[in-house]
Amino acid sequence: MLEIFFTVLRRDLLLVIRRRSDLFTTLVFFVITVSLFPLGIGPEMDTLRLIAPGVVWVAALLASMLALERLFAADFADGTLEQLLLTPQPLSLLVLGKILAHWMVTGLPLVLMAPILGLQYDLSAEALGMLMLTLLLGTPALSLIGAIGAALTLGLRGGGVLVALLVLPLFVPVLIFGAGAVEATVSGLGAEGHLSLLGAMLVLALLLGPLASAMALRVSME
Amino acid sequence: MSSRLINWFKFSSPVAFYPLAGRLGAWSGWIAAILIVVGLYMSFFVAPTDYKQGEGYRIIYVHVPAAWMSMFIYVVMAGWAGMGLVFNTRLSSMMASALAPTGALFAFLSLWTGAFWGKPMWGAWWVWDARLTSALILFFLYLGFMALQASIDEPRRADRAGAILALVGVVNVPIIYYSVQWWNTLHQGATIKMGGGASMDPVMLWTMLIMTFGFWAYAIAVAMIRVQAIILERERNTTWVTELVKAGGKA
Amino acid sequence: MREFFAMGGYGLYVWGSFGVALVLMAAEPLLVIHRRRSVWRRLARIVRLQSEETK
Repeated sequence: MLEIFFTVLRRDLLLVIRRRSDLFTTLVFFVITVSLFPLGIGPEMDTLRLIAPGVVWVAALLASMLALERLFAADFADGTLEQLLLTPQPLSLLVLGKILAHWMVTGLPLVLMAPILGLQYDLSAEALGMLMLTLLLGTPALSLIGAIGAALTLGLRGGGVLVALLVLPLFVPVLIFGAGAVEATVSGLGAEGHLSLLGAMLVLALLLGPLASAMALRVSME
Repeated sequence: MSSRLINWFKFSSPVAFYPLAGRLGAWSGWIAAILIVVGLYMSFFVAPTDYKQGEGYRIIYVHVPAAWMSMFIYVVMAGWAGMGLVFNTRLSSMMASALAPTGALFAFLSLWTGAFWGKPMWGAWWVWDARLTSALILFFLYLGFMALQASIDEPRRADRAGAILALVGVVNVPIIYYSVQWWNTLHQGATIKMGGGASMDPVMLWTMLIMTFGFWAYAIAVAMIRVQAIILERERNTTWVTELVKAGGKA
Repeated sequence: MREFFAMGGYGLYVWGSFGVALVLMAAEPLLVIHRRRSVWRRLARIVRLQSEETK
């Protein structure tokens, strides 16, 4: 049964490797957004250090939201999605494969890029590590939750803006605990509480996200 | 027992429900009007002045009922929507769509009155207080639900997509609420409590309850009339609607 | 009377919240009733046109 999961994963990754430009747009958006904040706020390092976790996290949130549009759109346009819905294997497993591939392409680069952006804000090594760790736990949750919104708005006019409206309120807890953990590290408090709650959220998203997305896909494809 | 069951299912069809909705709407409309008038009278003339917040505390009598109703309506809406998704009953989904704008109105009112309360009490129109913040997010959830349904032309898809979103939202509301509360206590230390807490004057409590029941009846009344409009819009090509319109009478 | 409207200095805030609540809660039922009536009228017109056609 897991075979279908890996098949979908391999296929989606292969497709991205063949068309590499997709890989970079989300990442570039992330980098540019984070770099714009100091220009709007001012170069005082004390302020920047204070806002860094929030800025990086909000930028990651927006970047992964913008990437959601591509999660199902290509397969929807060329009819592949219809074929996927007809397979006898559980659809949620298949969707999970797609989400994982999507995260590896759009989420993982953000995690790897984050410490370099953190340096722009003069974060300590410890805080940079925590930033990476929270993003590593948080961005998959964002992709899993966001997939529901992407599936619901499939093929609708004005889909992109609509996804933002549906998905951003649901991202709030992940943002709070993700940015909170980094902030707690910066201010010398322990971040264990934040991290375990972030982990719990990832588990919950892992359990419910694919199920809800599969249901939403069936509704949208009828 | 069985006859009762049949009766209930009878009203799950729009044909049977349409006239009932009209009667329910009218009745709860009157009940709402009476309760709200009584509640307003009590809030201004019967309820005593608060010893700490003076006359300004009277905002509580719209703020708290509106906040309660906005949360309650979201849960009820998700319940109807989920029922429509599981049992495939058109009417339950229509009920969900009929409740959403009223819920959003109450969420907006709780934000608005919260701001008008916050200004004299906290010195700012907006404070990132846990309750205000989660009310704001609840308002966004309502907007998302309505925007999603509005952008789908096919009613069946709109119903089911809305249902999935509402159910995801209802799982998320407590998580959002507690995460916001946690975030708030970490950042601000102690927040100022609204109202008198547990040791509230019984007259104040009664006034608040009467207003809440008034808002409740109001929500039922508005939702019933709206569901009638939705039924007419969606079922306009059926013979029963044509017959009903032919039979005349006003809407 | 003036004292009542002043609300012990909180007039703006108390009337600002009660006023907006009352205005919106009066407007919503009117809008909903208007919506139901306009749907009804549209349907009535269609029914009338159809019956004229069949005559």
